[in-house]
Amino acid sequence: MKVDTVLRLNEELVHRIRAHAAECYPHECCGALFGREGDSGREIFDMLPLENRHGDSPRNRFAISPEDFRRAEKVARECGLDLVGWYHSHPDHPALPSEFDRAHAWPWYSYLIVSVEQRQPGQVTSWRLADDRVRFTPERIEIAGRTLVAHVSPPPDSSGRG
Amino acid sequence: MSVKILIPTPLRSYAGKEDCVKVDARTVGEALDLLTGRFAELRKHLYADDGRLRNFVNVYVNDEDIRSLQKEKTPLQEGDTISIIPSIAGGSSTGSQPVRLG
Repeated sequence: MKVDTVLRLNEELVHRIRAHAAECYPHECCGALFGREGDSGREIFDMLPLENRHGDSPRNRFAISPEDFRRAEKVARECGLDLVGWYHSHPDHPALPSEFDRAHAWPWYSYLIVSVEQRQPGQVTSWRLADDRVRFTPERIEIAGRTLVAHVSPPPDSSGRG
Repeated sequence: MSVKILIPTPLRSYAGKEDCVKVDARTVGEALDLLTGRFAELRKHLYADDGRLRNFVNVYVNDEDIRSLQKEKTPLQEGDTISIIPSIAGGSSTGSQPVRLG
């Protein structure tokens, strides 16, 4: 599988994202990622935890309201950064994108997913939607010198969970 | 009416890397037609195959969602700002097909 983009962030940000995922368990957490695009990849400098507005099924879905989207864009501008992606958790599921993730995704953004098993945050992966919208491509994550590449085997079942 | 259309970051590469496009239009629908006429690649990201605005696209005129106004027939005033706001959602939902990883 082709991995041609890089997402860099530091340990503290990873810790905050994982802590948010644990805090929201068994619901999915979500938030915005602020950073900059450079010649050698994309770097995340800050994040904004947001409320999961999916009222019907917050255990396996998340939604960010247009108002929160606009607020996130404003915060990014005020910080001199770009809104470059989003994170969310998969409670009791692997950090692989589901068909539901794909159907709702946009090109260009980084979609960072953290799995949470019984409130314990686990694997962190990042993905980008291809221009044709039909597939996700894994993004290489570099955390303070450590490199993570998504484990890209298909999910263990065929339910589209991820 | 001369209005501004704000392009969100994921769609800028399909809009000549512009973050803001000015058009002369009387309604939101006309403004979006002019935008996608100028940048054809944008169309598939904004409209479904049936020609309707995709469910995952929110369009605001100034601070109002056009769904609470007259949708694409919402009239425009000189100097209005149209914002295209991607709907952000997802999750480990069940009951759908496995995603294609590429």
